[in-house]
Amino acid sequence: MTRIIDTEELIQVIAKLSMDACYHLNENVIQALKDAYESEESPYGKDTLKLLLDNAELASKEEMPVCHDTGMAVVMMEIGEQVSWKGRPLVEAVNEGVRKGYIEGYLRKSVLADPIERVNTNDNTPCVLHTEIVPGDKVKITVMPKGGGSENMGTFTNLVPADGIEGVKKYIIDSVLKAGGKACPPVVVGVGIGGTMDMTTLLAKKALLRPIGSRNPNPLYAKLEEELLEEINKSGIGPLGMGGRMTAFDVHIESYPCHITSLPVAVNLQCHSVRQASAEL
Amino acid sequence: MENKVIKLTTPLTREDIIKLNIGDVVELTGYIYTARDAAHRRLKENYENNRPQPIDLENQIIFYVGPTPAKPGKVIGSAAPTTSARMDKYVELTAKLGILGMIGKGERADYVTDLCKEYGMVYFLSIGGASAMIANQIKKCDVVAYEDLGTESIKRLYVENMRLIVGIDSKGRVFQEEQVKKYRIE
Repeated sequence: MTRIIDTEELIQVIAKLSMDACYHLNENVIQALKDAYESEESPYGKDTLKLLLDNAELASKEEMPVCHDTGMAVVMMEIGEQVSWKGRPLVEAVNEGVRKGYIEGYLRKSVLADPIERVNTNDNTPCVLHTEIVPGDKVKITVMPKGGGSENMGTFTNLVPADGIEGVKKYIIDSVLKAGGKACPPVVVGVGIGGTMDMTTLLAKKALLRPIGSRNPNPLYAKLEEELLEEINKSGIGPLGMGGRMTAFDVHIESYPCHITSLPVAVNLQCHSVRQASAEL
Repeated sequence: MENKVIKLTTPLTREDIIKLNIGDVVELTGYIYTARDAAHRRLKENYENNRPQPIDLENQIIFYVGPTPAKPGKVIGSAAPTTSARMDKYVELTAKLGILGMIGKGERADYVTDLCKEYGMVYFLSIGGASAMIANQIKKCDVVAYEDLGTESIKRLYVENMRLIVGIDSKGRVFQEEQVKKYRIE
């Protein structure tokens, strides 16, 4: 049975998700900030985390953006294969939702029409849209406003198979150390391993959507996540790079099969203000 | 925090700046200017082409920030420092234009430390992403140049008790480097 959804409904949902994500940090993130505050040893670091908690509370209460960098909107959609759309073409509708959310929500317009010519589109479109066709007749939508500070610190490499798990670990740790305070730690470290280049980086991005504290179901990767988290938090970088123990909230790894010659790794960092909002249609 | 808070009010002098040490917690009150990538690029073009600058930066502080739009009835939207490293290449220029300091977030190139020493400037750290809190410390906001740049225009802000940490001092010391070393576990 085909289920028909009007894109007007989608536009309203995406507009609301864009605003909600920017105004309200979810409970999982607030708890991670509180836990980090309890554990932090550095007085500057502790002070910084306290400010971030107060900031999140104030932003939510006043419905103002937690961070001024309301990002380029990354929209992830899992679309049931029985869904059909009426109204506008899907990509146009998604962008209309982003446009509406960013204008009506007083969010910052940070998107340039061209990376070289650098003229602002003034409505924060286009967004980056990832769609996945899944079984069923539902649509899951996640809006993830991604700020430049952490996004610009992302890395990708093609290791050789001989580098093995030790090579992978070293590359991930080096990426986080190099980002330092610029990525606005405590960060969530999203890691993609395997696939082809496009898939590796998308896995790293998707890894950021997992709740802080969750583990990869594969024990191999679960163990690697824990080891990496421990190593990264020995770096001393601390909250906002002010020095301290709390450099990362968590490390999330996603993997995919790969070619016999390949060992690609991507690291996508998420700043302390993990902004994401989801809905189902 | 056990640190004593140093209250500073603009206009500041080179002497006020030279007294500051890394790790000092400062509460700044008064007028400061905003500028980031696009505005710095124009300042540089003016300089290279012997054109007048739109504002006098002598003895001023530059805040690297691009706020969100103000909601009705508000002075400014959310505002917190952006990544300062992107402006590293412009520090020599702004130093020549007479600035006393910069406000931003994150580490900077080693040559920025050298410039702070040479010109007697400081780099203040603010808290990246504490944008709602910092917006509350901004009491006035006027666009003074390059309105076409939107969030990246040059704005004159009046801030009240804006909390800052001295990140690089005029003696060439780097706060983040010392702190990270202190908490690193080998």
